[in-house]
Amino acid sequence: MTSPESSNTNWKQRNNLNTKRLAKWTAAWVLSLALATFGDKFIWQQSELITAIAIGINFLIGIVMIMVNKQHLTDLDELQQKIQLNAMALSLGIGLIVGISYSTLDTTGLISSHAEISHLIIVMALTYMIGIIFGNRQYQ
Amino acid sequence: MKNRLKVLRAERDLTQAQLADLLNVSRQTINAIEKGKFDPSLPLAFKAARLFGLTIEDIFEDEPPE
Repeated sequence: MTSPESSNTNWKQRNNLNTKRLAKWTAAWVLSLALATFGDKFIWQQSELITAIAIGINFLIGIVMIMVNKQHLTDLDELQQKIQLNAMALSLGIGLIVGISYSTLDTTGLISSHAEISHLIIVMALTYMIGIIFGNRQYQ
Repeated sequence: MKNRLKVLRAERDLTQAQLADLLNVSRQTINAIEKGKFDPSLPLAFKAARLFGLTIEDIFEDEPPE
């Protein structure tokens, strides 16, 4: 039997590193989104060029965040990947159904307010978190 | 799928965490396999078999549908 020290220490270290990298890039994306959204009004006083650059930077950081997330998922073990897949499937499915129903309520005039994309993102994020919690409980 | 992972692990005086370390998976995965809640992939089953010096059939047993 080989020593467990080297290979799994690397595996654990890689996963910890991936998680930290994902947290950093997610934070960067959220901050750049806040800057692009509110900077126009509170920092650079409605300069379209700066706003466009801020949105471009937010978009590029978003692309990096997706790549870092993909690496994070790839390096998880097979049970963790299964839990993630189930949670994402739940989030996507609920997001699609709720999103279409919500949009239809808006377009048919059954609700007075406009359907906001942020509401859908909140629903998907909550569904994803619930999926992760239930997935982890299921395999405890 | 039934398996003898817990018995084999106990025979070698390994904890779940130590076996997880040897197989490059999380302790949660070892626990789920031992409890029959999760069936490992073929590569992981081969890895476990190699580790214990057994065949896959010595560790895992298919349960035919009733």
